[in-house]
Amino acid sequence: MQTLRIAAVAAMLGFVALAPALAQEMEYPHQNWSFEGPFGTYDRASAQRGFQIYKEVCSNCHSMKQVYYRNLEGIGLSPDAVKAIAASVDVPTIGDDGQPAERKGLPSDHFKAPYPNDKAARAAQNGALPPDQSVIIKAREGGADYIYSLLLGYEAPPADVKMGDGMNYNKWFTGHQIAMAAPLTEGRVEYADGTKATLEQEARDVTTFLAFVANPEMEERKRMGVRVVLFLAFMTCVTYAVKRQIWSDVHH
Amino acid sequence: MVGLHKSEFQNPVINWIDTRLPLFTMMTKEYGVFPTPKNFNYFWNFGALAMINLMIMIATGIFLAMNYNASTAGAFDSVERIVRDVNYGWLLRYVHMNGASMFFIVVYIHMFRGMYYGSYKKPRELLWMIGVVILLLMMATAFMGYVLPWGQMSYWGATVITNLFSAIPVVGEYIVTLLWGGFSVDNPTLNRFFSLHYLMPFVITGVVFLHVVALHITGSNNPLGIEPKSEQDTLPFHPYYTIKDSVGMCVYLLVFAVLVFFVPDYLGHSDNYIQANPLVTPTHIVPEWYFLPFYAILRSVPSKLGGVLMMFGAIAVLFVLPWLDTSPVRSAKFRPIYRQLMYVFVVDVVVLGYVGGKPPSGMNVVIGQVCTAYYFLHFLVILPILGKMEKPLPLPESISNPVLTMGGGPLPGAALAKPMEKI
Repeated sequence: MQTLRIAAVAAMLGFVALAPALAQEMEYPHQNWSFEGPFGTYDRASAQRGFQIYKEVCSNCHSMKQVYYRNLEGIGLSPDAVKAIAASVDVPTIGDDGQPAERKGLPSDHFKAPYPNDKAARAAQNGALPPDQSVIIKAREGGADYIYSLLLGYEAPPADVKMGDGMNYNKWFTGHQIAMAAPLTEGRVEYADGTKATLEQEARDVTTFLAFVANPEMEERKRMGVRVVLFLAFMTCVTYAVKRQIWSDVHH
Repeated sequence: MVGLHKSEFQNPVINWIDTRLPLFTMMTKEYGVFPTPKNFNYFWNFGALAMINLMIMIATGIFLAMNYNASTAGAFDSVERIVRDVNYGWLLRYVHMNGASMFFIVVYIHMFRGMYYGSYKKPRELLWMIGVVILLLMMATAFMGYVLPWGQMSYWGATVITNLFSAIPVVGEYIVTLLWGGFSVDNPTLNRFFSLHYLMPFVITGVVFLHVVALHITGSNNPLGIEPKSEQDTLPFHPYYTIKDSVGMCVYLLVFAVLVFFVPDYLGHSDNYIQANPLVTPTHIVPEWYFLPFYAILRSVPSKLGGVLMMFGAIAVLFVLPWLDTSPVRSAKFRPIYRQLMYVFVVDVVVLGYVGGKPPSGMNVVIGQVCTAYYFLHFLVILPILGKMEKPLPLPESISNPVLTMGGGPLPGAALAKPMEKI
């Protein structure tokens, strides 16, 4: 009897705990991220280096269309720095004469996409569409661990694997054949803050930045969450005490 | 009966209103002094919690709708915009999104309570059936709500589920076209789903009202499953159960808050953060976790029509549950065999949920079929027969004197009196 009840409860809890993992087929090696856990925050320096990688490497092919330049203040860049970054981009507009024109970017502009549309992207990318990176961390099983693994997962294909035209072997990609060539290499960027640009460092930094753009509200959310949970825990105790008091005159 | 109500309220303003529209008298009668069995355990919190959850969903949903763009071109981006740019939009969205999961957790526990303690038995059959209607409406609402963010799972989930109706002979195809507003899931589909998703919660509210009215006619069941006999057996709803429900509400909000603030995407599927694309099918199309047991039943039948019938049958069987269970004893406390089978049933449903989330191949199919068979066996064979065969334990004389008439059997009173409660 007791065993059955425990089994039922355990099965239920196990189901809730494992539900998200049910469809997951691969286990990606877990990394320690600054943004993990109930008190996690984004490592500002790492995220800024990650932005540098996005700007110099990823953004040549990948759009990030949900993100505004002003969002960069969230990784610790000053408003002036953000203004300068935005101004370095020309965005299409309609001129006073009604003809297509270009103007300097503003912090209120979305990140400029590398291609005007998906077709243009495919045409330039051997038929493959580089996915938008705004929420890529949330859009992949395994999240940050997956992206990090993928960036480090390029290998020479095993002898028995026949690679498609222009495809690259990646041990973490579904089917192992990915259209994106290894984007990061040792020393691919020269960090402004003097950090040594190892492959692992680059992958870690850009993943941190991608995590930030996917969840820019995370720090505020967790801060509020800690306060809400503490308040509710307190209220639970108070309410329970009042309940005991009110029920103290009830007998069998 | 025409005429002014004789109000007993002293406050002149309240008295003036109450004389003409006796709302205050009604509230006092139904929620103030309403006689409620004094032996509820915390399982009896979940009806109130479901009510709170419904209100949370409506409140957050109204504000989300102010910022949502129901078009295939704009839906996905507008949801991202809500999270990123609308003031506390992330809070609204994560509360609404996880609120759906919380709603099903609460309602499933509420239903388990009803089944375990036989709350559906005479005279509460209609109360139970209205509850099943609410469940159906909830499922429809949740399904259409999941389509609105217009991610990959939204789109493909909608495609799979709406296509089920094509299994209906003769009119099937016509119904699907009507649901879609065209010849595939597209902009018209999204628009009508948004419209219906906004409408349904108010329909649910109406049916919940009927559920509560029916409840207040029969009165609540209780863990002993015997009717209160005297005033000794009941307590006024306020303050005893308002405060007890408040304790449950705090714990419920605590769980809810942990989901919303720390793991808002935990129960969701990552594919729904990819914008819907009719040209790319996800590797596995899976519904939200709360539909997985029914999804498993659907897939365990090789024929499409058969699967659809079984899936809807899994809910339909609940409608007639009051007549399938032939035992005159309500509470599982006094039904030693039923009590164990109740846990077996829970395990069965959980395993169905597990299988529903897995790709339908190999052992998963077999396990799904066995569990589906058991699901129906439980309702259609075991319950009718068990009610006639099982020898129930002796029932207590009344709620206040659970021990008095005890013969040799185990003391239900001992199991009832938890150390935490002074009942």
